[in-house]
Amino acid sequence: MHPAPSVIIFTTLSGLGFGLLAWLGLGLPAVTGIVAFIFFAIAFGLAVGGLMASTFHLGHPERALKAFTQWRSSWLSREGVLAVAALLVMAVYGFGVVFLSVQWTLLGWIGSLLSALAVFATSMIYAQLKTVPRWNLPLTPALFMSFAIGGGALMAGQIKVATVLLIVAGIVQVAYWIVGDRALLGSGSTLSTATGLRFGAVRAFEPPHTGTNYLLKEFAYVVGRRHSMKLRVIGLALMAVVPVLCLLLPFSHVLAAVAVLSHLMGVAVVRWLFFAEAEHVLGLYYGVR
Amino acid sequence: MTQLPEHTEKSLGLVIDLDTCVGCHACVVSCKGWNTENYGAPLSDQDPYGSDPVGTFLNRVHSYEVQPASGPAQLVHFPKSCLHCEDAPCVTVCPTGASYKRTEDGIVLVNESDCIGCGLCAWACPYGAREMDAVAGVMKKCTLCVDRIYNTNLPEEDREPACVRTCPAGARHFGDLSDPGSAVSQLVAERGGMDLMPEQGTKPVNKYLPPRPKDKIGEDIDVLAPLLEPVAEEQRGFFSWLDKALEKL
Ligand code: SF4
Ligand code: SF4
Ligand code: SF4
Repeated sequence: MHPAPSVIIFTTLSGLGFGLLAWLGLGLPAVTGIVAFIFFAIAFGLAVGGLMASTFHLGHPERALKAFTQWRSSWLSREGVLAVAALLVMAVYGFGVVFLSVQWTLLGWIGSLLSALAVFATSMIYAQLKTVPRWNLPLTPALFMSFAIGGGALMAGQIKVATVLLIVAGIVQVAYWIVGDRALLGSGSTLSTATGLRFGAVRAFEPPHTGTNYLLKEFAYVVGRRHSMKLRVIGLALMAVVPVLCLLLPFSHVLAAVAVLSHLMGVAVVRWLFFAEAEHVLGLYYGVR
Repeated sequence: MTQLPEHTEKSLGLVIDLDTCVGCHACVVSCKGWNTENYGAPLSDQDPYGSDPVGTFLNRVHSYEVQPASGPAQLVHFPKSCLHCEDAPCVTVCPTGASYKRTEDGIVLVNESDCIGCGLCAWACPYGAREMDAVAGVMKKCTLCVDRIYNTNLPEEDREPACVRTCPAGARHFGDLSDPGSAVSQLVAERGGMDLMPEQGTKPVNKYLPPRPKDKIGEDIDVLAPLLEPVAEEQRGFFSWLDKALEKL
């Protein structure tokens, strides 16, 4: 799949933003006043910035409001509804914490739950697609959730919890790679089932056109896959190993900043791989993976 | 509404004969023509006469080589357009309700004025039947020529999809696949019509007829073969003399 920058920025930033909101809603850290304002500003900046980025790849962003209508069937619509609901509830909760120094606990819990559900809905946009076997796994929501909650804990300064959760996120990521590498084969889709031609070995002889097309550009992205092993190691190191080491050392603000930045870059790298490595079954028709 | 209808009154679709398709791409051209000049946003091209042409098509013809365990390889031309699936994943993923399946005839369509161009439906289609138009920014797909098949302004013989009407080999057939008595359903029953990627669970309405097995060339090539034996084995006259003379040189 084509790793569109808008989608990578969206899932990376808003995942982290909603992760942080989920912790803030639980009152962790229990901050008020100006400190709370900074925490909430960062969380909203990430979540809203990510959502804005996601509209860049739309053909008609001016019609985006229509995307809130089909929550009964569409995960993309649900994601929009949950994200907006989470932001609204957390804005009210944040107002109380920042300006009135009160914690409306129940409201915070609701906001926290909605934030987590928004990330879950994002992951289901990908996990629901049978056409991309590497995404069509229960590990996909696990991956997005563990990243958001682990990264959120890191941002929220919950050092002990974050250490454990980032290790968990790293393990889920490795598991996702191991299972994902076999997913296309396991899906049972081959050029034979795609064409129904079963009287011999089928080979794509000639594509339907001399140039390229939307489908090949969008779904048959193979650039840089040969570096995927190196990128996996780099991504894992940045998103989990470095931050965990920073957290294990005695606390300092510099180390905390390094941990957050490293995690953010690491998530972006593995998110790039999440798209670039994903094979769409449509590629079979073109003899590419 | 992007929930799928429980039941459609008809299942209009195509039956594509892989045995007779000659790979001429006439259906590709007529489809592009009809759907650029008629309903919806035109199918645009980028750099059409330059070195890197790209464009939107609703119907494309692939070619595959099939190598049986023994004997020569066979070339199969393979037209592919939307299969108007019963369980269309492209419809349910749509966040805006732009993609829908019609209750009356099962045709899967995009309401272009509602489409935000998110592309998710194209991700959900296993067959590559949807293409985002680079100029219009909306999703394009086969409409089963909905603006022809019910169009009373057209002469009766033209009230079928452009690709079906134009195919010089008669490789594309149009009809109601939910009616077991229809010509297309009978064709499917007779020729063992099949689904593409059944494991994806999309339950396509369009069916493909597999190529018929090729005749085997055995010992007896042809009853007329003896009559085709060379009549003169020996040379006579001038050429015989020339042959001998050249031999001696
Ligand atoms: S062929 Fe693709 S676009 Fe057409 S109905 Fe089936 S899934 Fe949807
Ligand atoms: S591209 Fe248009 S039709 Fe397709 S899912 Fe998005 S809004 Fe719906
Ligand atoms: S039915 Fe119409 S829109 Fe569909 S492939 Fe044929 S010509 Fe194109």
